[in-house]
Amino acid sequence: MPDGAKPVLDVRGLQTVFRTRGGDVHAVNSVSFHLKPGELLGVVGESGSGKSVTMMSLIGLLPMPPAEVRAGEVLLGDVDILKITPEQLRDVRGRRIGFVFQDPMTSLNPVFTVGNQVMEPLLRHMNMDKKQAFARAVELMELVGIPDATRRMKDYPHQFSGGMRQRVMIAIALACDPEVLIADEPTTALDVTIQAQIIELVKDLRTKLGMAIVWITHDLGVIAGIADRVMVMYGGQVVEQAPVKELFANPQHPYTRALLKTIPSVSGQREARLKVIEGQPPILGAAPTACPFKPRCGHAFDRCGNENPQRRALGADPVGYGHDVACHWDARTGGPV
Amino acid sequence: MLTFTIRRLLLAIPTLLFISLVIFLLLELAPGDPLADMPMTIPPDVKEKIRLSLGLGRPMHVRYGLWLYNLFVTEPLHWWDAAFHTTYSEGMQRIISFQTRAPVFDTIAERIPQTLLVVGMGYLVGTLISLPIGIISAYRQYSWFDQFGTFVSMVGFSVPTFVTGVFLIIVFSVLMPTDSMFWLPSIYDTTHQVTDWASFVKQFKQMAMPVFVLALYQAAQVSRYMRASMLDNLSQDYVRTARAKGLSERVVLLKHVLRNSLIPVVTVIALGVPSVFTGAIITENVFKVNGLGQQLLLSIQGNDAPMVLTISFIFAILIVLFNLIADVLYGILDPRIRYD
Repeated sequence: MPDGAKPVLDVRGLQTVFRTRGGDVHAVNSVSFHLKPGELLGVVGESGSGKSVTMMSLIGLLPMPPAEVRAGEVLLGDVDILKITPEQLRDVRGRRIGFVFQDPMTSLNPVFTVGNQVMEPLLRHMNMDKKQAFARAVELMELVGIPDATRRMKDYPHQFSGGMRQRVMIAIALACDPEVLIADEPTTALDVTIQAQIIELVKDLRTKLGMAIVWITHDLGVIAGIADRVMVMYGGQVVEQAPVKELFANPQHPYTRALLKTIPSVSGQREARLKVIEGQPPILGAAPTACPFKPRCGHAFDRCGNENPQRRALGADPVGYGHDVACHWDARTGGPV
Repeated sequence: MLTFTIRRLLLAIPTLLFISLVIFLLLELAPGDPLADMPMTIPPDVKEKIRLSLGLGRPMHVRYGLWLYNLFVTEPLHWWDAAFHTTYSEGMQRIISFQTRAPVFDTIAERIPQTLLVVGMGYLVGTLISLPIGIISAYRQYSWFDQFGTFVSMVGFSVPTFVTGVFLIIVFSVLMPTDSMFWLPSIYDTTHQVTDWASFVKQFKQMAMPVFVLALYQAAQVSRYMRASMLDNLSQDYVRTARAKGLSERVVLLKHVLRNSLIPVVTVIALGVPSVFTGAIITENVFKVNGLGQQLLLSIQGNDAPMVLTISFIFAILIVLFNLIADVLYGILDPRIRYD
């Protein structure tokens, strides 16, 4: 990727709140990131860290209410898609931003044929008639590696295996040749061999089609294999962001470091117990005034309880373009910043 | 699907025979005398002769067998003769009502049109209004529309038809001045013929109340089912997928969600069709619509075993048939269900 290329997607200070009876839940707190053309950004974090909610907020896929995007801007090209009308946003969804979801078993409508569902975005966005859409849908199904595609167009989702269904989901997401593909844990519900196939497929499609990808997962192994850049999320905010090699070689945030330690190694001495991060992820009841990781952090000191750390750049690049971390503790010196 | 349907139809035969036997035996066990309404002046030996002439002197199994023979052989032949001017059924005895001494099926044929028109219309109107109500209630859950709809359907569901019926009669027939355009007749005139606009308006007015009562009850039930089913599906992942494709809310709701939500509701609607014939017994009585339900009630009161047995058996056939139709519809609507 040429450095300094204009990002296809630029998210700034995104803040999403769920209004519930028990009060507001601050699920996403000033999240900023960008995505360069053709880049694959990995987003990692445990359940409830706000990964999916962030991506859903971008294109208004969260049910509103209870969800509410309070602040921020999402620039797709030059347009802030948080400010456009619902009708204009629908023109963006599926056309310029494609979505692949976690569970292929439930993400397809059980009562319509697969062909019908692949054709739908084509008919909606591409001004195709049924015949053209059918031909293109067959092409797409072949592209994602579904054998005997013409015949399988008439089949229903329950006649497909999990991996094949996820391929169909990818075909739907890519139908209109989007600039950005958001894959929300696309391999979590699949078994390992199928996971590998889907990852290979996405890598392959990326070289063929050149779209930028946001890949959400909690599997660091997957990220290491495919991502250009990684963003680590915790408690609804970005805690660390770096190019993939840099992040694995030189993790800065105590959470990232702990996360990397939890990966069991297949080589070397087998340890008696798997490593875990002690404690529970935070309940985001109020806008954070402290570091959300403080209760579970081994390096926490007074400042962490009084001030939510801002992202700071580690190199010469500005925040978001090189390696940055949101922590009061400096991993390089082993003391406060 | 076809083999499934044929298999189920064949299986229905022993089921229905068994049902008819149970109804027959129940009627045998029931106390009462078909001649109880006869004047006391008739001497006992004459009464006994009448009883013998009604066939009551024969043993139980002979009477049951004769009824079956009449139902499956004589009656079809009779209707065949009537349709094609043949004479196969000449001299054969049809099923005769104890009460009216007229063939049971002639009475049924006289009464079915009223039942179908009034009760069927109530069912149809109720179903048609309940679907949009259910859809909107679910889509705008907890809105004022949903709250109001919930209230009305709770009332419609919990207040029996003989209460709503009588209430409407008091308001629109008793309290309403007779010269008002909103006055409605409380008694249904079966002999009324629709020939022109004025007679159509009269027919409309006399149907209005019974149809409303039945439609309210039906709509209350079905709209609840529809709402619950829509809510179930609205939170499904495939709805999010549909939205992620950029489809409009209209398409998401009326194509993706509705098609899935209709599966259980269509079954409920199909299973309810036999109640068009049976369930309106009370409403027919309140408004004096002389339909099938009212006839059944009259016959039970008069110990008219052949009539009760035949009408009940027709209801049984309808219930078995619409159960099968519901299953077939389920298979057609939901591609995951295959019977073969």
